[in-house]
Amino acid sequence: MNYVSETILLAVGTFLALLGAAYAYDNLFASHMWVLFFVLLVSTVVMLRKISFAPAGQASKSRAESEYLDEVIKYGVIATVFWGVVGFLVGVVVALQLAFPDLNIEPWFNFGRVRPLHTSAVIFAFGGNALIATSFYVVQRTCRARLFGGNLAWFVFWGYQLFIVMAATGYLLGITQSREYAEPEWYVDIWLTIVWVAYLLVFLGTILKRKEPHIYVANWFYLGFIVTIAMLHVVNNLAVPVSFLGVKSYSAFAGVQDALTQWWYGHNAVGFFLTAGFLGMMYYFVPKQVNRPVYSYRLSIIHFWALIFMYIWAGPHHLHYTALPDWAQTLGMVFSIMLWMPSWGGMINGLMTLSGAWDKIRTDPIVRMMVMAIAFYGMATFEGPMMSVKAVNSLSHYTDWTIGHVHSGALGWNGMITFGAIYYLTPKLWNRRRLYSLQLVNWHFWLATLGIVVYAAVMWVAGVQQGLMWREYDDQGFLVYSFAESVAAMLPYYVLRAVGGAMFLTGALLMAFNVTMTILGYERQETVSGAAPALQPAE
Amino acid sequence: MGLLDKHHYVERNATLLLVGSLVVVSIGGIVEIAPLFYLENTIEKVEGMRPYSPLELVGRSIYIREGCYVCHSQMIRPFRDEVERYGHYSLAAESMYDHSFQWGSKRTGPDLARVGDRYSNEWHVQHLIEPRDVVPESVMPSYAFLKDTPLKVTDVSMELKANRAVGVPYSDEMVASAKADLAAQADPNADTSGLLERYPKAKIGDFDGDTQNLTEMDALIAYLQMLGTLVDFSTYDDAAGYR
Amino acid sequence: MEAYTALRQFADSWGLMGMALFFLGVVLFTLRPGSEAQAKKAAQIPLKED
Repeated sequence: MNYVSETILLAVGTFLALLGAAYAYDNLFASHMWVLFFVLLVSTVVMLRKISFAPAGQASKSRAESEYLDEVIKYGVIATVFWGVVGFLVGVVVALQLAFPDLNIEPWFNFGRVRPLHTSAVIFAFGGNALIATSFYVVQRTCRARLFGGNLAWFVFWGYQLFIVMAATGYLLGITQSREYAEPEWYVDIWLTIVWVAYLLVFLGTILKRKEPHIYVANWFYLGFIVTIAMLHVVNNLAVPVSFLGVKSYSAFAGVQDALTQWWYGHNAVGFFLTAGFLGMMYYFVPKQVNRPVYSYRLSIIHFWALIFMYIWAGPHHLHYTALPDWAQTLGMVFSIMLWMPSWGGMINGLMTLSGAWDKIRTDPIVRMMVMAIAFYGMATFEGPMMSVKAVNSLSHYTDWTIGHVHSGALGWNGMITFGAIYYLTPKLWNRRRLYSLQLVNWHFWLATLGIVVYAAVMWVAGVQQGLMWREYDDQGFLVYSFAESVAAMLPYYVLRAVGGAMFLTGALLMAFNVTMTILGYERQETVSGAAPALQPAE
Repeated sequence: MGLLDKHHYVERNATLLLVGSLVVVSIGGIVEIAPLFYLENTIEKVEGMRPYSPLELVGRSIYIREGCYVCHSQMIRPFRDEVERYGHYSLAAESMYDHSFQWGSKRTGPDLARVGDRYSNEWHVQHLIEPRDVVPESVMPSYAFLKDTPLKVTDVSMELKANRAVGVPYSDEMVASAKADLAAQADPNADTSGLLERYPKAKIGDFDGDTQNLTEMDALIAYLQMLGTLVDFSTYDDAAGYR
Repeated sequence: MEAYTALRQFADSWGLMGMALFFLGVVLFTLRPGSEAQAKKAAQIPLKED
């Protein structure tokens, strides 16, 4: 394979980054361009070393077009594990910062800058890489076609990593739009848009050239996720930059309109990035791991249309009792509650796929992980509609209850289903007979589950207490607690929360070790409880 | 049965699936968000709102840069406890010039929608340098570096122009005098009659206690001290403002 | 204010009914008798050879 034009493009990009640094409008832009310059410089050097100067005929001995393009998925799996560990680690750090404020190191590692790093690392770096890698895997298998666009898939992968690096370094430098889960500034947003369009092209192109007449439902979810995220990303990030060589931009919208646009985005980042995309994962990997078709294919079709239709309305429940007009709040609440139905329809569909094979929960820790993921999906999608009821929300909003809710969904559902998919994919992609150790998977399962339970329970108690303290009146009609007292009351919960997070992180480290050993080709001699010799990743 | 036989097009045609999904997900956004822009009652009519002064605007950018919105909301809900704790509930009009909005989603620290005029400048300086000196229970990080960082703005009039491009009514005069206004607001000895005419109720003075240098601390405190102080609630009619 | 009231009334009545009927239609369409065989076939896609 020859990469001459790609390398030239990279070199040009490197030079442009240097120019950007030299002619920057402000210091932050200059710093950020230096980061970009060094990243691209290293990439260019790596690419240069890959160029083969042999005659063209011999150099381009590419693999047969009929084969699946799996190399990029291998990279994706490794990136997912890597960013997962990084994201969870940063999460533990910010959790500790809240308990022990001396751990803030100004200016770059203050909580306000590191928390966006945590959220973006877990959602976009860990979750995003998992989605890209699994969608590339699933779409090829279910369409029985090689990825469309040749090296475009590689561009998507590396372009996305560049987005992550630019976003992450930007946060620490203080470059942010202050839009939650959409913090990167305008130029990073434009880059992500380009990468995302390429992603859509690869995915849609593969579907278009499929050999299977039917488009399997997992691909519907992936496609719905990709298209909707594109729409949300573009609309929510509309902004006017102060200078085309500066970091600062001002949102196209203001105040109440801006708030609803942002939470329309924010809620649907959850709905489409963290739900629809991961449901695509569920609809492929759960049937594969238990070796049975999905419980009801027709239910999955209804699930898809109902979910994508209702989710998009639910955003205003983030703005209950704010200056957002009442009619919009009510609309958001009604749709959030209705959303419960398709969510649980999907949960039932996933769980019932195991019907007739329930014993696998006992014998196969990977299946157990997936089932726990679906269970947490069910719990989070029950808690969510409940919290969107205005009366409940008046207590829960602004408190740590919300944080607990998000984590039971993110750690439980997104984390666990991704771990399951990674454990399924690793032996497949590297042609290993099985994972290095299923006992480690078992350990991972219990550490993660207990970690989530500790985290969610503690944050729930903390949030309710916080909310009650803020509104507590004595019989004289005076507020009982100052705000500072409610902060002091959180300390034990914040410490325990960090413990829960650390357990989850430890599980992820076990996974990283397990995956590494599997890739290196080791197999641990072991017997797993309740396991017949058949206990190997199903075909 | 002719129509039913054609149904497989949806399930077998990727483009149709793509367009169908896009249509379905657009409906909610269009019905929910679009009316906010043209329904005239989305934002109440109130007296007193004005665009940010140059120093406040730059201070606001520091507030955003440091991620203050991560722990502090600027949105008081219409509950008895919140109104008693923080002041009159927030109006949509009060964030009409906020690109982006700073309503926040979490109160690890208290709401700041009306923190202006609540504490002295000296308190803010002390609090930002070492929060636990003034609030022992606080878990806020220290922002001492702001006091040592000179306020560097390449061209403040560009900031105003960018805001004007997205709809903030900065006049040509405001843009032209932006640079002078930026310096004057933090200088107790400057002639600030023009500034106050352009930006009524603007707080003037040396905010960080260091008269020699204009620092990021000056800008941030100038912003904090004006939060929630613009609207005169003695003339505001709650019932008429309900939406 | 007039536009708002009119829109709201329309959404509360015909809009709501229209959406409910559309949803029912989608569900019935998905569950119509002829679709089962096809759904069964589609559900087997992931279980074919890798």
